[in-house]
Amino acid sequence: MDLFAGFRDPAIARALLEKIRGETRGVRFMEVCGTHTVAIFQSGLHSLLPENIVHLTGPGCPVCVTHDAEVAAYLEAAAKDKVIIATFGDLMKVPGPGGASLKSAQADGARVKVVYSPSDALALARDNPDDTVVFIGVGFETTAPGMAATVKMARAEGLSNFKVLSFHKLVPPALEALLSDPGMEIEAFILPGHVSAVIGAGAYRPLAEKFKVPAVVAGFEPLDILQGLIILIEMLREGRHGVVNQYTRVVTEDGNAKARALVAEVFETSDALWRGIGTIPGSGLTFAKEYADFDALAALGIELKETPPIKGCMCGDVLKGKLAPNKCPLFKKACTPARPVGPCMVSSEGSCAAYFKYNLES
Amino acid sequence: MSDKVLLDYGSGGRASQRLVSELFLAAFDNEELSRLNDAAVLDLSGPVAVSTDSFTVDPIFFPGGDIGSLAVHGTVNDVAMLGATPRYLTCGFIIEEGLPMEDLRRIVASMAKAAREAGVLVVTGDTKVVPKGACDRIFINTTGIGEIIVQPTPSAERAAPGDAVLVSGNMGDHGLAILSKRQGLSFEAPVESDSAALNHLIVSLVQSLPQVHVLRDPTRGGLATTLNEIAASSGTGILVRESVLPITDAVRSGCSFLGLDPLYLANEGKFICILPQELAEKALRIMRADPLGRDACQIGVVTEENPKKVILETPIGGKRLLGMLEGEQLPRIC
Repeated sequence: MDLFAGFRDPAIARALLEKIRGETRGVRFMEVCGTHTVAIFQSGLHSLLPENIVHLTGPGCPVCVTHDAEVAAYLEAAAKDKVIIATFGDLMKVPGPGGASLKSAQADGARVKVVYSPSDALALARDNPDDTVVFIGVGFETTAPGMAATVKMARAEGLSNFKVLSFHKLVPPALEALLSDPGMEIEAFILPGHVSAVIGAGAYRPLAEKFKVPAVVAGFEPLDILQGLIILIEMLREGRHGVVNQYTRVVTEDGNAKARALVAEVFETSDALWRGIGTIPGSGLTFAKEYADFDALAALGIELKETPPIKGCMCGDVLKGKLAPNKCPLFKKACTPARPVGPCMVSSEGSCAAYFKYNLES
Repeated sequence: MSDKVLLDYGSGGRASQRLVSELFLAAFDNEELSRLNDAAVLDLSGPVAVSTDSFTVDPIFFPGGDIGSLAVHGTVNDVAMLGATPRYLTCGFIIEEGLPMEDLRRIVASMAKAAREAGVLVVTGDTKVVPKGACDRIFINTTGIGEIIVQPTPSAERAAPGDAVLVSGNMGDHGLAILSKRQGLSFEAPVESDSAALNHLIVSLVQSLPQVHVLRDPTRGGLATTLNEIAASSGTGILVRESVLPITDAVRSGCSFLGLDPLYLANEGKFICILPQELAEKALRIMRADPLGRDACQIGVVTEENPKKVILETPIGGKRLLGMLEGEQLPRIC
């Protein structure tokens, strides 16, 4: 039985689309999450939305927001003797300073393994006791609990050759940074479903209150997104702000307490670098004192260093919803998925890659 | 013979001879091969189709097949896609020192079975054994030679506006079976490779319908990439309806779990057939009469609009590009 079929029903989708087309009030909305970006394009919704529904893509792709300095750090780790890098596949092609990537590092002899979960990386550490396995821990609140659980497993097994580059990032501080930007032109937000499953819809309420913005936590099927848009349009029309949870089948008000407790035990919040945005206070996760021996930066003696911005790259404006990807001067010219200049073109969830891959007019 | 492949077996001396006679000749057993001349004499008439391919798949044994059967099916299918009857195969083995002899026996037996079923003879071959680390266990190259039975031969540039686009069955099974079995992954999908020789089905199709414009097997890069190649070389557009694409629930959910798109996954026992719309029903009847084509269906049409592009119409009526695969598909973070 396909549990998702009901959320993709073409007849209901058409009826919801008609309702949106019948609304005079439009919405300039940003979906924060990269999975939403892809869902909007893959389902063909992007091509069906009327002109007054302006779709802006946000900073919710973990690859896109991985800072140059972080890329330089994991490339430095990859170049070390007796180090095996374990990574999710998305990071393989991300260009760092000078255009190097894990792919090119691999061709130069670095030992890089694509894994599907942190526990695959742990297995790698188990199988290679004479090497140090460094897992590149990127991702948001969604991936951090799995990482924390894996670190605890490594501790329990006494695996001292398993280390993590913790580049995890937190969504609410990034939203606060976006909302605090005086040039922001976003009217409403579709909030990330997966992240919200962990932190709960309630986590955004203080922000929605402070900045008087309407937001909806939505699922990833076409009907979820369409219903989310209708909720946002109604809120705007009625001058309401706040957070509505459309994704109640997965997301609760308080989220997943166990997952949050795991993260709180292993990590502590810190300032973090976001590509295209800069430092956002309290938006990262570094190891708590009791787990500091898992910190790959310290273990390998690597420091995050300032890196010059990529010339001409406007990913920062794209991530802030100020520029549509296909309006970037580099789009499809100097910057393509084959030769990406900026991170938004690299990731399968990146907004530029989505425009390049799916958009008929691109 | 020892229980592992040793460098001696590639030396050209007695050990090599033992490997050839006890393993390869016994398995591939045919008059031409057993002459052991420097080259084979072939009995062919008319125009000839030739194709070569090298197989380096990891893992070498996977659900639904192995590198040996794949090396036969892959090349047989490439020859068949020209509207040809594959007749002969050559095969070259590059074997890493230390490969268990039992693995080699299994692979060779599987190749021999696949060749018998496809009706092709392995008429000449070569074996090299390389030091440990110089290759990954075993690489196989096969070259296929066949007699062309339809003129003009099916070819990508012959796709024409108004044509129907058919596929012979479900997409993505082989690619997902391989990826989910690959060493180091904790996920294993409940799918088997579709690896199979399509030549008998292709022969019955083109004998009944010599008007077929295009035959292609969507191997690496999958359906999406192959359709893009056809659109590019014919200068036409291709419109595909997502709601009718044949993809099993197992492949759909496995891809969703791994963050992959089934339309970019390799197939090894499926083909795309493009022909005038009025012949589509007849073609589907022929395909569905064969077990290898029982799930055949029409997935779209060739258009004048959007030249050189493949457009996917989604179930809710939206349209989006279905582009070429850029590099390899990689699993995503979340």
